[in-house]
Amino acid sequence: MEKYYHSVTLDVDKCKGCTNCLKQCPTQAIRVRDGKAKIIKERCIDCGVCISVCPYHAKKAITDSLSELDKFEYKVALPAPALYGQFPKVNDINKILNALLGIGFDDCFEVAKGAEVVTNRTKELIKSGELMDITISSACPAVLRLISVRFPNLLNNVLPIKPPIEVAAYMARQEAVKKTGLSEDKIGLFFITPCPAKATSIKNPLSVAKSGIDGVISIKDVYLKLAHKINSDSPPKNLQSAGFYGVSWANVGGEAEALEEGKYIAVDGIHNVINILEAVENEKLDDISFIEALACPGGCVGGPLTVENNYVAKSRIKETAKKLPKTKFSEDVDYNVLWEKPMEYNPIMNLDEDIFTAIQKASEIDKIYKGLPGLDCGSCGSPSCKCLAEDIVRNMASETDCIFKLREKVKTLSNEMNTLSKNLKG
Amino acid sequence: MDKSIVLKYDVDGNDFSLAGEASSSVKKVLLSLGFDPEIIRKVSIALYEGEMNMVIHANGGVITVEISPEEIHMLLEDTGPGIEDIELAMQEGYSTASDKVRELGFGAGMGLSNMKKYSDVFIITSEVNKGTRVEMVVKNKQ
Repeated sequence: MEKYYHSVTLDVDKCKGCTNCLKQCPTQAIRVRDGKAKIIKERCIDCGVCISVCPYHAKKAITDSLSELDKFEYKVALPAPALYGQFPKVNDINKILNALLGIGFDDCFEVAKGAEVVTNRTKELIKSGELMDITISSACPAVLRLISVRFPNLLNNVLPIKPPIEVAAYMARQEAVKKTGLSEDKIGLFFITPCPAKATSIKNPLSVAKSGIDGVISIKDVYLKLAHKINSDSPPKNLQSAGFYGVSWANVGGEAEALEEGKYIAVDGIHNVINILEAVENEKLDDISFIEALACPGGCVGGPLTVENNYVAKSRIKETAKKLPKTKFSEDVDYNVLWEKPMEYNPIMNLDEDIFTAIQKASEIDKIYKGLPGLDCGSCGSPSCKCLAEDIVRNMASETDCIFKLREKVKTLSNEMNTLSKNLKG
Repeated sequence: MDKSIVLKYDVDGNDFSLAGEASSSVKKVLLSLGFDPEIIRKVSIALYEGEMNMVIHANGGVITVEISPEEIHMLLEDTGPGIEDIELAMQEGYSTASDKVRELGFGAGMGLSNMKKYSDVFIITSEVNKGTRVEMVVKNKQ
């Protein structure tokens, strides 16, 4: 496995080299070079902001295709609860789950059930008093990666519980083995995901040694196929068993609300998340005990691989969930939900391993930055003047990449030429 | 060859929404220089408290931060009202902040004591009606 696997990639033919993604990337992981966007692998946290903002649809997420299902004898779909808000006029989860059977799956297992287990274990852990004063949710993998590169001091505040999908995967496989009598490897578990960060966290897991999921399929890839099957006449099987709290994880605030006590902040949108994490770092939120931080606007319903507008989807999820009992599902699971490996600080923003050299580079950056126009126009291909200065020192760019610097230089040159030619005449 | 880097910030005393920008910026620089997260935490909390004090009590001021591999040296200077009784001001829970500021959750009287707690060297001098000067050093563990 490659050290930095990413789901988010670029369709070079569609990229026009504009500055939309460049300016929005929360970790300054994109540069435009030779007219095309380039992702700096080490910096990308797979939040998918670039996918959402690209007007040319050049940013995409690599996920598996439905043909992967053929590799397995028994195929189980694990839909993220965000899927339930995608279809107009559909407030019945069972219809959506049955439609999944219609497109080739043999069974479904709701990720929302894994979420309910995570909620129960979180409550126990909070009660045990082993956590820090402020606990940060570990549900959003993009936020986890953000913390590991930008907020090393908050690593200890992160809830050391695996994400709902891994818990659900364990339960789904157990259930499938029991139902079919097949061996574990004959069973294929497919996550229906709203976002690239979750796809990446399956291929390159953060808190487990190996993911229990066999494939990841994006919501938008199966959307139309599902839409055709949703109101089919075949008698629906009863597949729905997650409750209100589990399903509500799709919306921001769902996870925190399910804890039923303690003051919390539920923050959505990666730039808002950064602001809240800054406040935690400055010890300014001393009356808060839990922080649910989700990279996408509205929470997972706003994932870049969803189809429906996130506000519409949110309202629909609310309608759907309120018909369900609070915790319909409370089965005890003999599975260790705690992290198998600790999260580590990933110092990718470092200028140099040696602190002396780093300081020299920093003061050089400062000098170069002072000579730049400070417009942050992005024309040079770096997201801001500050970043260009950094890129120059890192030997990834040159000063004349700045069009204003280039213009100055051309002007000086032409003046010199002028003087020279006059001298020649004389 | 530069052995240290100097960062200077004008802290605007009229705009509360900007308070915290200097400490946030210093934090980013320290991360890029590869300082230990614990050192960064001490610096950013001490500096944030100092920056807040400048905004709340002194109508702004100037922050100068010098970063070298050995230590982070912070100098906070203002031309505000000054502190009459420094010893009293240093006590945890003592505060002269207005009710309005306290309603916002500031002015708990922990600012100066936190600044002292998180720095290895803490020197404060003040003159009434002239201003206050705070010098803080956080040493880098080597």
